[in-house]
Amino acid sequence: MTHPASAAPSLTVYVEGIGLLGPGLSGWAPGREQLAGTAPYESARCVLPLPMALPPAERRRAGAVVKVSLAVGQEAVTASGLSAARLPSVFSSSSGDAINCHEICSALASGDRLISPTRFHNSVHNASSGYWSISSGSMATSSVLCAYDGSFAAGLLEAMAQAAVDQTAVLLVAYDTDYPEPLHSVRPLPDSFGVALVLAPQRSERSLAKWTLAPATCLTGTSATAMADSALEQLRASIPAARSLPLLRSVATQDTGSVVIDYLDGLQLAVQVGPC
Amino acid sequence: MDAVALPAALAAFDCRNNRLALLGLMQDGFTEAVAAASQKYGAQRIGVFIGTSTSAILQTELAYRRLDPATGAFPPDFSYRTTHNTFSVADFTRQVLALAGPAVVVSSACSSSAKVFASAHRMMAAGLIDAAVVGGVDSLCLTTLYGFNSLGLISTQACRPFDVERDGISIGEAAAFALLEPVPDPLEPLNDDAVLLLGIGESSDAHHMSSPHPEGLGARLAMQEALATAGLDAAEIDYINLHGTATPSNDAAETRAVAALFGSATPCSSTKGATGHTLGAAGGLEAVICALALQHGLLPAGLNTQQLDPALPLNYLLHNREQAVRRVLSNSFGFGGTNCSLIFGRAG
Repeated sequence: MTHPASAAPSLTVYVEGIGLLGPGLSGWAPGREQLAGTAPYESARCVLPLPMALPPAERRRAGAVVKVSLAVGQEAVTASGLSAARLPSVFSSSSGDAINCHEICSALASGDRLISPTRFHNSVHNASSGYWSISSGSMATSSVLCAYDGSFAAGLLEAMAQAAVDQTAVLLVAYDTDYPEPLHSVRPLPDSFGVALVLAPQRSERSLAKWTLAPATCLTGTSATAMADSALEQLRASIPAARSLPLLRSVATQDTGSVVIDYLDGLQLAVQVGPC
Repeated sequence: MDAVALPAALAAFDCRNNRLALLGLMQDGFTEAVAAASQKYGAQRIGVFIGTSTSAILQTELAYRRLDPATGAFPPDFSYRTTHNTFSVADFTRQVLALAGPAVVVSSACSSSAKVFASAHRMMAAGLIDAAVVGGVDSLCLTTLYGFNSLGLISTQACRPFDVERDGISIGEAAAFALLEPVPDPLEPLNDDAVLLLGIGESSDAHHMSSPHPEGLGARLAMQEALATAGLDAAEIDYINLHGTATPSNDAAETRAVAALFGSATPCSSTKGATGHTLGAAGGLEAVICALALQHGLLPAGLNTQQLDPALPLNYLLHNREQAVRRVLSNSFGFGGTNCSLIFGRAG
């Protein structure tokens, strides 16, 4: 199980499918027009669809975090033409189910401290990953990550490493939901946002873009690429999963070059992008 | 743990979970070993991968009791990012160790700090980093205590894995860390005490959020993949550190999975009778126990178990056994149907 550094695989992936949901963004098809500037972008409350792939009881109890992550995951996998049941996945979020967390903390601060079993199992950071696995029948591995504001970049690093090292297509889902008060005042995320990417080690007829990481230099002090549109730039800066927007725009505009996305304090991730 | 003081520059991280992390980091010359690795590879080339299930949610639970009665606002001393947020413990660990490379928290319930080995290994194999600090840290909070209680999964006494009268888990706390480095050139022989990460297997149950697959199908897939990546047959494993939570359903499902691959001869035990179930820290803690088993030639018995359940036909150890140990497997499973198996071996 040793992989000597000299044999490190090329860290190149092909983007096989995209799912997108956020304020004023209702899917990749309209989203790519908005990101390319060929259709107007106007912020509006994110509309979360019911997760129809879940059994009725789970569907009824699904919170925003499950709705947003399953919706974008399904959109991306459908676009890729691959089978969800065989795809390893990476789920990355700066926080779990925000409303569920508030309800649990409120109950625990009250007199009776009773919380329901459903509230408890929905409180785990891997709730979305678990529901994804149940609804898609996927028994493949799922990695569930958090890196605060850098959670999208952390997920991208994990997914690209997995695609290259294990030579498999990988589903990456990055998502955040907004907290109610009082948590909102200390973590003021304005809305829900989800993005999903199916990343494959080989090019196909569906490939939308080619992304490469240079292992020695991709972690950089260079500032993140900003969005030209001020409303989209505000969105990028206000929700961790929306830090993905410059990469999505580069797919929409068929750009070639370097796109830098936010990761940790003072450490950004540079991705070499190109069309297919 | 209450007496642990964080460095002044990191005071904002102060909470039970990060105090426990610091206490763990200060043991066994670990910070010195990381400092030496940092000199060798460069601080930017060492990643930090920490597993936790609840981070410092305790801070938020306590702050909800102190909300301003008029405005509902948090007390001014509450710091979300450096305590409650799931990433806090990896951020803290990275800063304590003065590292400057990638960092992430893996939070998949009770498989979290087993899966950090897999994430770190992939990043090393991809050439993104040269070495990694991996570990797990989880501390007591009301969410897990009342949550597991709501599911009827808390034992009435110290937990008894594989006992015929087992009745649930005992929640424990732990911080466990390991430094992963690449296997050096064969011309530089390894220290005999070095522990090798030989195999990794990961899977999902696709079955239920809080109950394991009754046949242990996901668990079996994880163990199978770990054996395959290690290039080993089941008969070459000398000891299995079971997930063994002492819930009726886990121990039954895990037995079916282990028996399907290993039969009933391989010595095995759950060390949760000794440590409690440390949730997101369990995988890391049990990896360290596996390392000790390899280094000392000691197969640890499962504590507290009085009468083995005859419906669980494994070679479950009720007494410590001293013998040469070359390869061991460790299981970690979690809510959401997440499974990870690791195989470790001796270098010498």
